[in-house]
Amino acid sequence: MTATLLPTRGGRRGLEAGMLVFAALLATGAFAAVTYAHGASFTVQIAYYGAGFVVLFLGAHLAVRRFAPYADPLLLPLLAALSGIGLAMIYRIDLANADSAERAGRSAPSAYAPLQMMWTLVAVALFVGVLIVVKDHRALARYSYTAGLLGILLLLLPAVPGIGATINGARLWLRVGPLTFQPSEISKLLLLIFFAGFLMRKRDVLSVVTKSILGIPFPRARDLGPVLIAWGASLGMLFIENDLGQGILVFGMFLAVLYVATERVSWFIIGLLLAAAGAVIAFFTMPHVQPRFEIWLHAFQGNNPQGPSYQLVQGLFGFANGGILGTGWGQGAPQIVPFANTDFMMSSLGEELGLTGVMAILTIYLLLVMRGLRAAIGVRDSFGKLLAVGLAFSLCLQVFIIVGGVMRLIPLTGITLPLLSYGGSSTLSNFMLVALLVRISDAGRRPPTPATPLVDPAAAPDLIAATGPERVGPAEPAKTTPAEAPAETGAPTAPIAPTAPNAPAGSGERAP
Amino acid sequence: MNRPIRKLAVACLLMFLALLVNANVVQVVEAQSLRNNPNNSRLLANRLNNERGPIVVGNQAVATSVPTPGQTYKYQRTYPFGTLYPNVTGYFTVYTETGIEQSEEDVLSGTDDRLFLRQLADTLTGRQPRGGRVVLTLNQAAQQAAASGLAASGHRGAVVALDPRTGAVLAMASNPTYDPNPLTSHNGRTAQAAYDALATDPAQPLLNRAAQQTYPPGSTFKVVVAATALMSGSYTPQTVIPAPPTYKLPGTNTVIHNAGEEICGSGTSDTLTGALTISCNTAFAGLGVAVGAQALQTQAEAFGMNETLPSFPLPVAESVFPTRIDPAQTALSSIGQYDVRWTPLQAAMVAAAIANGGEEMLPYLVQELQGPDLALLSRTQPRVYSRPITSDVAAELTTMMVSVVDNGTGGNASIPGIKVAGKTGTAENVPGAPTHAWFLCFAPADDPKVAVAVVVENGGFGGSAAAPIARNVMLAVLGGQP
Repeated sequence: MTATLLPTRGGRRGLEAGMLVFAALLATGAFAAVTYAHGASFTVQIAYYGAGFVVLFLGAHLAVRRFAPYADPLLLPLLAALSGIGLAMIYRIDLANADSAERAGRSAPSAYAPLQMMWTLVAVALFVGVLIVVKDHRALARYSYTAGLLGILLLLLPAVPGIGATINGARLWLRVGPLTFQPSEISKLLLLIFFAGFLMRKRDVLSVVTKSILGIPFPRARDLGPVLIAWGASLGMLFIENDLGQGILVFGMFLAVLYVATERVSWFIIGLLLAAAGAVIAFFTMPHVQPRFEIWLHAFQGNNPQGPSYQLVQGLFGFANGGILGTGWGQGAPQIVPFANTDFMMSSLGEELGLTGVMAILTIYLLLVMRGLRAAIGVRDSFGKLLAVGLAFSLCLQVFIIVGGVMRLIPLTGITLPLLSYGGSSTLSNFMLVALLVRISDAGRRPPTPATPLVDPAAAPDLIAATGPERVGPAEPAKTTPAEAPAETGAPTAPIAPTAPNAPAGSGERAP
Repeated sequence: MNRPIRKLAVACLLMFLALLVNANVVQVVEAQSLRNNPNNSRLLANRLNNERGPIVVGNQAVATSVPTPGQTYKYQRTYPFGTLYPNVTGYFTVYTETGIEQSEEDVLSGTDDRLFLRQLADTLTGRQPRGGRVVLTLNQAAQQAAASGLAASGHRGAVVALDPRTGAVLAMASNPTYDPNPLTSHNGRTAQAAYDALATDPAQPLLNRAAQQTYPPGSTFKVVVAATALMSGSYTPQTVIPAPPTYKLPGTNTVIHNAGEEICGSGTSDTLTGALTISCNTAFAGLGVAVGAQALQTQAEAFGMNETLPSFPLPVAESVFPTRIDPAQTALSSIGQYDVRWTPLQAAMVAAAIANGGEEMLPYLVQELQGPDLALLSRTQPRVYSRPITSDVAAELTTMMVSVVDNGTGGNASIPGIKVAGKTGTAENVPGAPTHAWFLCFAPADDPKVAVAVVVENGGFGGSAAAPIARNVMLAVLGGQP
């Protein structure tokens, strides 16, 4: 039960700056270790990388200070730490690839670290941009249908001949000249804005129960529509673009938001059944899907280790080689695994940083997810809650899908490791994801400001009674969030003891 | 809406918990079996990218890793002395290792637990972990003398030299030998071609004849028979035993002669010392039958036969004294024929046991294990392996064996100014083939510092083919010029 969100607590920006210094030390130390292990004396390049990193995230920090002063102080340092570790590992794999090319007498392959550095620069700019442009996350709800349309359009774009490109068997890339871009990463965010906006409006309808099966209350059949649409979109993703990972991710994200919006386990069960049906259809109709189970279940059998399971098996060897303490930065052989710096980033890190490093990184992710969910609890409006839940859960699910995949917990589906992997679209979208969480956490932790009530609470007293304390509005000054009982019982409950003179208010973005 | 969010948070927590548990399973529980998976090419990378520790003889590295800049892997194993030590060091190729390279793999590669803290420090400082050092007991001069003696003979054969006081192996040579360097090539085709050539060579250069090959001991086995007789208490070196010109094997019509149809002693009898000095076959065949097969077997086993040598770092063949034999077989066994077979290592151990006053020390090859920084990890402590004879019997046998060198068949082993105790052997093997030449000895007889066994396959007489090689090995240990 949420109690009062200590509104008197300060912004904790000093804490954030301190932890950013720690993240910068972590990243620079990693760079130094990689370079040292590579046999070089400390080059100027490390200083460049280190300084660049510090400047970059100092910029982000200042933007948070200016535009989201009450944001959760953990989010940005966690983002920076992951980004820094990822950059160091991408650089490390560059060095290894350059070495083997040199030994083989080939010309040096393209280096990814400078590119990723550039992407990170753009991503930080975008992070700051999101904070500046999205002054209030609730404004996004107004564009939810636009976002949904744009999201689906972006999803379909790679299927258009001429600009779409198939890379590694998945047609989810846009090719513009030499640059490739994976629009599904951005479309994930746009679809989420649509889901959150849509469900915020429809949640009461979807919560209506007609009958119960096996003691679980089930919704009306006609309300299944939106779920079927999301399901169809995910399957479409799978069929048109051959991208299992993104399909699962989008559908899982939708289910999570749907569950939180309706508070009905039945929706969750219906979703899982649909997902199972989709999986069965995909299993029997798509040439792409069946081998994944073979790769996973029989990784070490027959010729699989040298054949289809090669990547998975080599990744596992990397983890095993790392053991508990790891080989140390630059001293393993993570480059043996194909896609060592994208999908298989975790096995690269597992090899060189060991179980210790893997657990530390997973803990960073877990903290990020939990702080995201905390922001969802802290924020007062439904849209913000649903958006934050979607953002945090998609992060959680994505990490689970890819890390569980490379560790052979679940079948492997190609998807990037958020914030650590090399990749422009992935980096940009995940920085934006954290930026949105920063924005929402800022709204949730902002102390009551009695100064600017936008709507006279007296104007809509019926809304207060009808929907309980969780409602949307351009401003919800000064109220505590009582328990979420009203939605379940339907009993009108008035907000408990506002701590500021202004009562909470409904707004144009009204709930039904 | 907060309650489902909390439930979702628990779901996320469970998902991460599953990942954390799975990470522990992969990186700890299954790590070892994954590391040993034959498909794991990281094994290779680790083998060849870490600086493997050297194998050291004296102060010189006889196996070392040299950096290979510009190649696929960072280090290549190199054996600076080429053909001198491969039967001991073994070789370390891209895929396999043998010999000391195999038995001390953990220290050399640096994975030994005793090196853990150093490796940890290296990992933390970002330095490439290095392997530890293995210091062998070998004496380079003795090894050189043994190898060149065998090579000069032009025959297959082997030499083992022990320090009788400790059991330390001073020399262990096998002929023909081979150069292990081509085997360590990082080029798989080159390495395989080199290996195939060695493996298919009918002369079996990869076989360490010093420890892995058993031979009929011939007359060298007479020291074991003499030891059995003296240990029984019924004999002294001066005891006169029958030594007829020919000896008819009991229960058969087969007759054995002495080498060159010689007669021994008086023509019908000789003292034990006299019979040993001239290596009288008829006398020892009879003596063996007189002391009995069971006593011979017990004595042979006390020296270490019919038993696998414990804790030796190289493969060792078991030396054999046949069990449940009839008197005719006993007679033949007593002159080191029939089914009696021993390794040059076992022969050297018998000589060393006599030299060391009846205490047979356990042979060892590794003197010390050191960290990469030369810090001592462990030093081998000499251990008594067996007490096959009393010190009195050892002293009597020593006197008898000195007589062999001073007055008998072992004259070629004599060294001016140093008392040498020895015994020749000339062993029949395949019918029609030239005999194997044997010599076992130790010196100085009054203060033994080295015991040697030499076998030269099909080399003829032990006194002429094997004794000179043994002499040079003893000289090398004792510090003299040949």
